[in-house]
Amino acid sequence: MEQVLIYFYEHKEVIFIIALSIFLGIEVISNVPSVLHTPLMSGANAISGVIIIGGIILLGHADFSTFSLDIILGIFAVIFGTLNVIGGFVVTDRMLDMFKKKKKK
Amino acid sequence: MDKVLFVLENKEVLVGDVILEFSYLVAAILFVIGLKLMSHPESAKRGNFWAATGMGLAMITTLFLHRDGVTGANISLTNGIVIVAAIVFGGIIGTIIARRIKMTAMPQLVSFFNATGGAASALVALMEYSNPANESALVTLLGLVIGTIAFSGSMIAYGKLDGKVGDIFAKWTTYLNLFLLAVIVAIIVYMMAFDLDMAAKTNLSYVLLAVALIYGIMFVMPIGGADMPVVISLLNSLTGIAAAMAGFIYSNQAMILGGIFVGSAGAILTLLMCKAMNRSLINVIIGAFGGGGVGVDKDQGTVKEITLTDAAVLLAYSQKVAIVPGYGLAVAQAQFAANDLVQLLESKGVEVKFAIHPVAGRMPGHMNVLLAEADVPYTKLVEMDSINPDMPNIDVTIVIGANDVVNPAALDDPSSPIYGMPIILAHESKNIIVMKRGMGKGYAGIENFLFFNDKTRMLFGNAKDTLQKLVSEVKEL
Repeated sequence: MEQVLIYFYEHKEVIFIIALSIFLGIEVISNVPSVLHTPLMSGANAISGVIIIGGIILLGHADFSTFSLDIILGIFAVIFGTLNVIGGFVVTDRMLDMFKKKKKK
Repeated sequence: MDKVLFVLENKEVLVGDVILEFSYLVAAILFVIGLKLMSHPESAKRGNFWAATGMGLAMITTLFLHRDGVTGANISLTNGIVIVAAIVFGGIIGTIIARRIKMTAMPQLVSFFNATGGAASALVALMEYSNPANESALVTLLGLVIGTIAFSGSMIAYGKLDGKVGDIFAKWTTYLNLFLLAVIVAIIVYMMAFDLDMAAKTNLSYVLLAVALIYGIMFVMPIGGADMPVVISLLNSLTGIAAAMAGFIYSNQAMILGGIFVGSAGAILTLLMCKAMNRSLINVIIGAFGGGGVGVDKDQGTVKEITLTDAAVLLAYSQKVAIVPGYGLAVAQAQFAANDLVQLLESKGVEVKFAIHPVAGRMPGHMNVLLAEADVPYTKLVEMDSINPDMPNIDVTIVIGANDVVNPAALDDPSSPIYGMPIILAHESKNIIVMKRGMGKGYAGIENFLFFNDKTRMLFGNAKDTLQKLVSEVKEL
């Protein structure tokens, strides 16, 4: 029990962010017309590619003097993260293009 | 950048550190604004742009300004070059895939990109676990497990949507999954409870990775058909949570906010999809569908076919027509033919609307994207709840490749597995034309009494061919 309390206190800022982000997510997504469910999901998917930051940090401070598995995995993490981010945003943009086109008609 | 601003808890805080943190704040705000803008058709494109800008900003500042927590060193030139090379490589591949892919393959693609995000999270967690400076062991392990499940689950979902992987459903999958989940929990508890040496920790983290991989596969394997929208948004949510876990390791607010934000948005979307089917999430995951012989005690009656010419006449002289699209429309890629028919009918003064069920298709909003591709204005797409009260006034309802979402058993047959699921009230319209490949059952594996209704006429055949023939018939009138 004591450990839990300590953990909470030490990470209180992060826990605040998490709690508020949950409500923020709910708030932003509710009342979205079903027309936009797919692009919204795809856009959210691209945002979850924020893991790329972790990949950059990891690979950025990896020791390149010796060749290790960590470097290979780190490179893959960055490549995968970028695929998620760039692919995700580009494909969302393409989807939304289709919605926009007909507006002029 | 390198100017020491002040000293906090024996650590020098540089101007660059402040700029970095500030850029994360800006990125997080841009994510929220971006997603908010994306909830409106007019502003959606801008929203996507702003979210992407936030991401680009965070990536660039991290690359230039991030300092190692222990040594305080910036990312060196060599490492930087490797990172940029990896980003350029991933970026080019991602752009090519995203640009070249056919719009009909959209659900697969979204799953694939989700898988890459999950994989990245799992890799980051895997490597951070053996980093002695990392104090959040439990969060790291959870990130590893969740990211891995999101990866392997999304890959299976990708395979299924692409038609490469079939459904496996048997009672044993449920037990196997519970067992695998128990193993995952047991390994995590063991790793947390005992003070293991580095080698044992590393080995166990690989074991955990392997079990989570299998779990992800087995978790999605039995889920199929109409449940795909639920599972896709659930996996999307998991990727977000995994990214947030990694953010926790680095105390990186942008990652935490972005990840949790996506996680909770995905969770809500998942629940919305469940609600649209009147099923609980547990029910979807365990998979209560899958064809027992239910509700065959009723007198089925006979199905009546209609010729193309008769159908063309019926449609051309109607005032109001509703089209209910389903997955069959996507499979047959009949969206363009459907739009041709709509335009032709409208030129003859017929009012045509599409009635969209929330879980029609294989991902949330699938029908909307599909029809948008064929240039159907989104104002013509009417949601279930809005069109249902008007259904008795509809002269002809055309059901194209949809089944369970128009099955009246959901309303009046308590023994039916889909009883209670909201449906589009096609049976209330004056006439119904059902386009179907054959008399096969829908995903839920149950008879659809709509097909035996006195007002219903069947048009068998491939939806695209049938629609094209129908268009030429209507033209000749």
